[in-house]
Amino acid sequence: MRASRLRVVDVDLCVGCQCCMFACNRRFGEAGLSKSAIQVSSAGGFERGFIVKVCNACSNPPCARSCPTGALKVREAGGVILQAQKCIGCGRCVEACTVNAIFWDESLGKPIICTHCGYCVDYCPYGVIRLEVVEAGRLD
Amino acid sequence: MISGDPISRVLYVDLSRKRFWVEERRELFEEYLGGVGVGIRLLLEECPRGADPLGPENPIIFVVGQLNGLFPAASKTVALFKSPHTGNLGESHAGGRSATAIRMAGYGAIVIKGSSDIPLYLSITDKGVGFRDASALWGMATYTTGRVIREREPRAGIRTIMRIGPAGEKLVTYACVVTETYRHFGRLGLGAVFGSKKLKAVLVAGKSSLKPGNSKLYREVYKEIFEEITKSDLMKKYHELGTPMNVLPLNRLGALPTRNLTSASFEQAENISGETFAEKHLGRRVACSHCPVSCIHLAALREPYEGEPYFYKTRMISYDYEPIYALGSMLGIGSTEGMLKLMDEVEILGLDAMSTGVALAWTTEMQARGLISQEETAGLKLEWGKHEAYIRAVHLLVEQPTPFFKALAKGVAYASAKYGGGEFALAFGGNEMPGYHTGPAAHLGFLLGSRHSHLDGAGYSLDENLLKKGEKPTVEIVVEGLLAEEAWRQVLSSLVVCFFARGVYKPETVCRALKVLGYNLTPEELKKLGWKILKHKFEFKLREGFNLQALKFPERIFEVPTPHGMLSKDFMEEALKAYRGRVEDLLKGNL
Ligand code: SF4
Ligand code: SF4
Repeated sequence: MRASRLRVVDVDLCVGCQCCMFACNRRFGEAGLSKSAIQVSSAGGFERGFIVKVCNACSNPPCARSCPTGALKVREAGGVILQAQKCIGCGRCVEACTVNAIFWDESLGKPIICTHCGYCVDYCPYGVIRLEVVEAGRLD
Repeated sequence: MISGDPISRVLYVDLSRKRFWVEERRELFEEYLGGVGVGIRLLLEECPRGADPLGPENPIIFVVGQLNGLFPAASKTVALFKSPHTGNLGESHAGGRSATAIRMAGYGAIVIKGSSDIPLYLSITDKGVGFRDASALWGMATYTTGRVIREREPRAGIRTIMRIGPAGEKLVTYACVVTETYRHFGRLGLGAVFGSKKLKAVLVAGKSSLKPGNSKLYREVYKEIFEEITKSDLMKKYHELGTPMNVLPLNRLGALPTRNLTSASFEQAENISGETFAEKHLGRRVACSHCPVSCIHLAALREPYEGEPYFYKTRMISYDYEPIYALGSMLGIGSTEGMLKLMDEVEILGLDAMSTGVALAWTTEMQARGLISQEETAGLKLEWGKHEAYIRAVHLLVEQPTPFFKALAKGVAYASAKYGGGEFALAFGGNEMPGYHTGPAAHLGFLLGSRHSHLDGAGYSLDENLLKKGEKPTVEIVVEGLLAEEAWRQVLSSLVVCFFARGVYKPETVCRALKVLGYNLTPEELKKLGWKILKHKFEFKLREGFNLQALKFPERIFEVPTPHGMLSKDFMEEALKAYRGRVEDLLKGNL
């Protein structure tokens, strides 16, 4: 079984253009930022470079463990899948995520969870992020 | 317009009464798209005739456009106000995260009126406006102000922090507004207008979404534009060396203004070229929000602390062509280190680099000619190439300890009217000269462009293209070329697309992008809109006393050869006349 996961290759390559954030939002055909599962902010001012906050694809994800209804199903390649019908919108996953990479969809009252689809990768002009393919639990 | 697009919401903020409200201005955004088109209409509405630029009646208008937040390199915000520097149309553009933040906060424009009794900063979100005490920030450098507000306010990554430094507080008429540390509403003194209102900073944050009717078409057009930008030359050019790539070619042409334009080539150009800066100092490149080009170049300057062995600090200082010209060749400074230190001070104080450089260049020549005494300059002696003295000088510009510095803080046109030296005071329509001595089109553009900027009609590029083709400029080519370009750029700055991406956003492409938003416009209709906006700008200018008959070139430009040879006064006069005729036509409605 093949599965993929997103990786930040080298954060020092990041110029802070936020094209990845806009790309993620476009998956739904929408322009803007409110549904983006990736966020880029400066590390305390542009002079210090950037932080790319995106799902770490943990193999034992704390977010999944924190969910009281089991709405976050662990993916084979790491990270989780949100089963929206189970999610009660309590926000515990947001707090549990060690790398602060779960955002909140205000309009739905549910978390925004990276699906590791890789759409953003094509819109990062500087090769900061990459999609890795994992074969039967092993890195390809 | 996308159905339900909040861009038609105009946020009004009254600093005197500390209140705010939102008005729906759909018709305005439907007709003018946004940006400068909407902005000039709002300025005509909000700015009373004859307003004091530093009085509470002068509005500050920030406007974004419908492509902001939707398409790449639509990354700019337009600011409109009455300029304290020229006493007329004030228009300045900046990127950073300003455009994304305003758009995503769900506003098309922010109109700031009145004036506060105490120093304030504003914190703006989709919910409205927070008025915050800024007394503790008053007097602070632009960097520090940004740092404090960044720590104090939430929403990192989706916000803009536009702020002024001491220069704006002290009402230097060419004080700028800095956003995201390295981008500027640079020209024409928006910083002083902030200062006059006791407005230290404006933070805007937001992260909404918009749903274009046809999302498939949206993704398709987006991809086309994105790929065109990232595969184009422009990307490579502006990303690799950035605008400083122009230093050597302009110097080779003999078009790089040097030592107050006593020369148009600089013998030390190699030392201050884009290549040299990159090799010696380039430490990081950064981008405006939603722009893949990433043209902002930061130099890392490592310096030892005096008196402490093995202790260093590293400053990150942004450099571009214009500051290299104004604070480098124009002042005869041929060392990148000296120049970077000077640039950093200019940034800390929040001054417009171009006007500052030209003001100091003029002062240096005044001193060399014995036209002002050392007493008038508070003991300071300026000499070409001596950056330490220039660093001292920029502080004096802000502190204004003598009547001379008080005058210089209003620009070279004002100062030379008092102290003489007008022949070599390089101001056009009251605004200091940009770094292009390329030929007649450049200088005509500075004088005639609606904001006296090289970016109005891009005369420098007209001059260069003629040179490449081996053609001589004619009055018709120059005047028509400048006006047509300026008219088209009104469209780009209504969307608001960065001019660096103008090669991609050709009329057909803009039409395609607008189609995603539900517009069915032809390139001709768009161009017409451009002319209409330009007409409104001239209406404002004439209303505020702009006199086409009184326009004058500084003598100096006729004394130094351009790549097109010596400029001919007859030619320039004739071009002026033709231009006047065209503007009168335009005002009569013949677009
Ligand atoms: S991989 Fe997909 S879901 Fe994850 S951040 Fe990128 S675009 Fe968004
Ligand atoms: S697209 Fe790439 S360079 Fe731009 S912000 Fe995202 S990760 Fe950084």
